[in-house]
Amino acid sequence: MASTIPRPETWLKPTPRGLYVEPGDFYIDPTGGADRAVITHGHADHARPGHGRVLATPGTLAIMRARYGENAGRQQQALDYGERLDINGVSLCFKPAGHVLGSAQAVLEWRGSRVVVSGDYKRRRDPTCPPFEVTPCDVFVTEATFGLPVFRHPDDAGEIARLLHSVRLFPERAHLVGVYALGKAQRVIMLLREAGWDGPIWLHGALVALCDLYRDQGVALGDLRHVGDTPKAELRGAIVLAPPSAIEDRWSRRLPDPVTCAASGWLRIKQRARQGGLELPLVISDHADWDELNATIDEVGAPEVWVTHGREEALMHAASQRGIRARALRLIGYEDEDPS
Amino acid sequence: MNRFAALLESLIFTPGRNAKLARLADYFATTPDPDRGWALAALTGKLSIPGLKSAAIRQLAESRSDPVLFGWSYDYVGDLAETVALIWPEHHEPGETVPTLTEVVEKAQAAGRSEAPKLLADWLDRLDATGRWALIKLFTGALRVGVSERLVKTALAAFGTVSVDEVEEVWPGLQPPYAQLFAWLGHGETRPEVDHLAAFRPLMLAQALDEADLAKLEAQDFRAEWKWDGIRVQLLGGRTQTRIFSRGGEEIGGSFPEIGLLAGLEAVLDGELLVRIDEQHGSFNELQQRLNRKTVSARQIRERPAFVRLYDILFDGDEDVRALPFDTRRARLEQWFARKVGNGPLAERFDLSPQLSFRAWTDLAEARRQAESVNAEGLMLKRGDSPYVAGRPKGLWFKWKRDPDTVDAVLLYAQRGHGRRSSFYSDFTFGCWRDNGSEGGPELVPVGKAYFGFTDTELQQLDKWVRNHTVERFGPVRRVEPALVLEIAYEGIRRSTRHKSGVAMRFPRISRIRWDKPAAEADRLESLAARIRD
Repeated sequence: MASTIPRPETWLKPTPRGLYVEPGDFYIDPTGGADRAVITHGHADHARPGHGRVLATPGTLAIMRARYGENAGRQQQALDYGERLDINGVSLCFKPAGHVLGSAQAVLEWRGSRVVVSGDYKRRRDPTCPPFEVTPCDVFVTEATFGLPVFRHPDDAGEIARLLHSVRLFPERAHLVGVYALGKAQRVIMLLREAGWDGPIWLHGALVALCDLYRDQGVALGDLRHVGDTPKAELRGAIVLAPPSAIEDRWSRRLPDPVTCAASGWLRIKQRARQGGLELPLVISDHADWDELNATIDEVGAPEVWVTHGREEALMHAASQRGIRARALRLIGYEDEDPS
Repeated sequence: MNRFAALLESLIFTPGRNAKLARLADYFATTPDPDRGWALAALTGKLSIPGLKSAAIRQLAESRSDPVLFGWSYDYVGDLAETVALIWPEHHEPGETVPTLTEVVEKAQAAGRSEAPKLLADWLDRLDATGRWALIKLFTGALRVGVSERLVKTALAAFGTVSVDEVEEVWPGLQPPYAQLFAWLGHGETRPEVDHLAAFRPLMLAQALDEADLAKLEAQDFRAEWKWDGIRVQLLGGRTQTRIFSRGGEEIGGSFPEIGLLAGLEAVLDGELLVRIDEQHGSFNELQQRLNRKTVSARQIRERPAFVRLYDILFDGDEDVRALPFDTRRARLEQWFARKVGNGPLAERFDLSPQLSFRAWTDLAEARRQAESVNAEGLMLKRGDSPYVAGRPKGLWFKWKRDPDTVDAVLLYAQRGHGRRSSFYSDFTFGCWRDNGSEGGPELVPVGKAYFGFTDTELQQLDKWVRNHTVERFGPVRRVEPALVLEIAYEGIRRSTRHKSGVAMRFPRISRIRWDKPAAEADRLESLAARIRD
């Protein structure tokens, strides 16, 4: 019987538009407009506008509607974590990926062959989304954003403690923290709450809509305020979140002598933090670090790993050292340099 | 070790002086003895532990990681200490403790060179990434975290709410880990004894003269000297040797053994360190050849022998003469000079800075115009009745510099600043014209970079101009249309093999923005190079 189980590469194919599931006739996270798209999560490089039919978790669909309005997909179908759907004989099920709100791994089965397309994921606890679930499979499709052994994220509570220490040390200055609007912003807010910061957290206008969306989805973010035209003097000692680009933008001049901070896994490399002119780099990432990438590959127990994007050589080298077959898909269009 | 590592890391990212002071003072206030004392020693370059070469560190890291992955990681990170710190595997054992800075220093000092790698590996196992990075920096030498000894002392003063001059006075008599110092600063115990003939005395500095104030000053109250273009030094002449301190209290005797080895001066003296070339005193460029050298060859001493041009005396033998009026000190200095130097062998190491005679300020204004011809930066005016007071007291000493040289250059690149200047393009690279060898037409070649000299309003105007005239962006840098002329003031110019233009300026700053001047009329490189005086 084993001989009748199809090999994964015969039905799941990397194409210039993204991963194509041939028997089901749909793409996963297509980079251009597609007739049928399965979306793993709401970040703009994975969830693009203008598809025909879109299948995603309710959280991801809400994010796409908030970002793209009418362009979020002509038909939208929600599939909750753990529910199963049959598409032309291909069984599809979403499992949490722990990356951002709504993020999912797509578990695909066809004629006894199981592939997990993990999308972007992390293994750390995140108060804004359910944790990554390990699913045994024949092929595990993984990202490799932080696919070098120098990337090992520190404990996030320790990073938040550094931020709060700096706030105490410079009570006259504002702390301006550059964060990605979807996911990182809300996670940093929740980490601050867990560390006991229950005062207001100030937001750049570009972060307001997604924070409102997280609240609607049941994430209690506490006292958030829009910076807008707030007088400078009122922002002394404030923690202000803004998109990373706002730090160098004239927008930041409305803040009193800001301590410039940013939260990203790239900041583990000091030269990166220096290039950004940051005074307080915080190493907080929504992606798996090197140890977690390797541990995940071992836990799912797949004999074969496909790497979508990132620093794939090193991860493939490490996997092959452990007897796991590894293949680079070299998918293009997924951001390598995003504020992860 | 973790606290020390966090301090080092925060210092490399902190651009502002005040923020650095706050971080240092916070560290001294919240870290126990003797950790903070060893940290102070490391920050001021007073810590002595056996060093490790980077090859040994690399070898250690490769023994703990896959060599292929190490190679790719090093390529990506670009810095060996950081690569090793990040790639070092983390398998923390339960019950394992983080080493303190004191444990690290004491064990390293007791260990031989051959034991150091094994100790290091054990500590790397017990630290986190930031701790490992700091540990490796400690063992490979220079910390390079952008703090001077003076800044650290200023932070100590802020922590202990004393003046930085008091810290300077006690400093030379102290040894790591500075228990007495912290007992005084942190717990209000008695101030450490000052070792009178071993201690650097903070210098008396001059205010910049505002020419409008001359009318309010009586010429007869003041004495005038040239302001020499060397480095200000304090000499502590003991019975067997002479210690040389720079203005900031750093000891530089090692670079000038021909003075450091002099015995029997028995005085604390204030003067200008210069080098002698062809019976004249050489330019600052010549002196620079002698600075910051670990070893000095006989040839360097022969070609550019150092001497000190004296202008004040602080201690005559054991007697503290700082409270006496300037005129009295000058007389004591001249007596000391006649007694110790005269026409004897010390005459090639010392002379007296002459006092200039004048009746009215107009005489001095005329002399000031001659400053360049005697290789001086301008004039010094000192009240005849001024005591020697540490710091920069008002109304006693003035410096009256000659007008700076200027060059009109074209703005080429602008870079975003740091800290409060993060949103401003505030670092400006400018260039002058030269003929392009192959094509014959004129081209602009960068000649320098300036990031001060402008007012806040001018900075806003420059920032706006840069944003509106950007041609290309590279990270934090923008290339702009070559259309804005900046008048650049500078303190001297020398040949440089490190710069494409072949020239380097000292203290370039923007003196005026020439909104009115067409770029084609900016200066040419040849006219700038012609101003070099070797």
